[in-house]
Amino acid sequence: MRYMLLIYNNPATYETFSEDERNELFGEVDRIVGELTESGEWIGGEGLADASTAKTVRVRGDVPAVTDGPFVEAKEQLAGYCIVDCETVDRAVEIAASWPDAKHFAMEVRALMSGGEPEM
Amino acid sequence: VTVEDLLHRLAPQVLGALVRRYGRFDACEDAVQEALLAAALQWPVEGEPDNPSAWLLTVASRRLADQLRSEGARRRREEAVATEVPAGEAVDEDDTLTLLFMCCHPALSPPSQLALTLRAVGGLTTAQIASAFLVPEATMAQRISRAKQRIKATAIPFAMPPEPERSERLRVVLHVLYLIFNEGYIATSGPDLQRSELTREAIRLTRAVHALLPDDGEVAGLLALMLLTDARRPARTHADGTLIALAEQDRGLWKQDYVEEGIALITAALAEATLGPYQLQAAIAAVHDEAPRAQDTDWPQILALYELLARVSPNPMVTLNHAVAVAMVNGPQAGLDLLATLDADERMAAHHRLDAVRAHLLDMAGEHDAARAGYRTAARRTTSLAERRYLEARAARLAG
Repeated sequence: MRYMLLIYNNPATYETFSEDERNELFGEVDRIVGELTESGEWIGGEGLADASTAKTVRVRGDVPAVTDGPFVEAKEQLAGYCIVDCETVDRAVEIAASWPDAKHFAMEVRALMSGGEPEM
Repeated sequence: VTVEDLLHRLAPQVLGALVRRYGRFDACEDAVQEALLAAALQWPVEGEPDNPSAWLLTVASRRLADQLRSEGARRRREEAVATEVPAGEAVDEDDTLTLLFMCCHPALSPPSQLALTLRAVGGLTTAQIASAFLVPEATMAQRISRAKQRIKATAIPFAMPPEPERSERLRVVLHVLYLIFNEGYIATSGPDLQRSELTREAIRLTRAVHALLPDDGEVAGLLALMLLTDARRPARTHADGTLIALAEQDRGLWKQDYVEEGIALITAALAEATLGPYQLQAAIAAVHDEAPRAQDTDWPQILALYELLARVSPNPMVTLNHAVAVAMVNGPQAGLDLLATLDADERMAAHHRLDAVRAHLLDMAGEHDAARAGYRTAARRTTSLAERRYLEARAARLAG
């Protein structure tokens, strides 16, 4: 089963981290991605540019309205995601718990929809 | 026979011959893959060689020698390989079963078992397997190389398992083939071609096992189950990919040759072999497939088969289907009573299938509000797009 791990963090808090703390965080992420690649569970992932650079698009009556900023205004914003393929949701939760942002902010684990369902 | 079919059939034989001669399963497997790729490029252009398996064995042996040389392997082995290139020699033994036992060794994780089986026994490329499982090629390559490392590290021998373990190990092999089939049978959207390749491959490999073990009832049962299930493929989805329930399928679209072959297999197995869960599931599928119209289905016979299956191999999924059969024979309330026994089961409590089946039985009982709510809950809980659309449509039909 494939899961998306959504990484939430607060850029303001993140800015208070020292250089060492940030390096540690990045090192930790590299290590986890390396482990997941090695185990054959890593499907992919990306970090997102700051939410302040987001554009939110709404079409009303065929007229698109574009506003600056994220869809939901909140202190915590979606900062990135990864997709893993693992055997159980417990394993996906375990991976999320090991991600450094889980310590400071939160990770959300969501199953990906698949095309169909076996009937046998 | 296309070149690809021929290569898939020869792959395990060539790999078996190579491993038998030189050991080193991991290196041999890489070498055979390279030989298969070379053949796939050359044969369609230059024509098939007179002895295709000998050609593959020669090319694979050379690749293996190159690989061992570049690894700086021990001189003795290197020379042995380089001088023993078995040009023109034919493959004399069918190692398909030995390879299957190796690839489905319990020391490997299920995803590794599936991937390695498809590559080493099925002769599929890593790219084909990756696209069938909807993962990047690098991810699939990693799973395969990890599986091979594990085989090396745990010194899994290239040999049939000893007699006392054999039937238990055969269960694992059959389960892996069943999972490959299921992965391919998962319907509709997405790259359907690659997916149907998996069902075809699962049927082909199970057929090969059945040819080697014709007296094993469960092998015959699994092959029959696959054929009787895949027979319905042309009828089970609308053009837009939405699922069609068994009762509403156009049975004229079912693949009649698969139905006939499946029924013949399961009839013979039930008469002669020791009963097992695949045979019972195939027998149930056969009863469905024999009915010209949904209303002709022999539900009392299906119910009797589920009662046996619940005894032989009790699990919550069997109970779900058993409850439907009970409802068809003894009315929806009797089915709902059986379903209620699953409420305490942690594995099922939040499972969308329990909600979906309960909604179906409530629907039968005329409790439309409760049925609609159940279909909606199930639709929210499923991770299958096709099933979500199906369940939402059922709920909408009751909204009237």
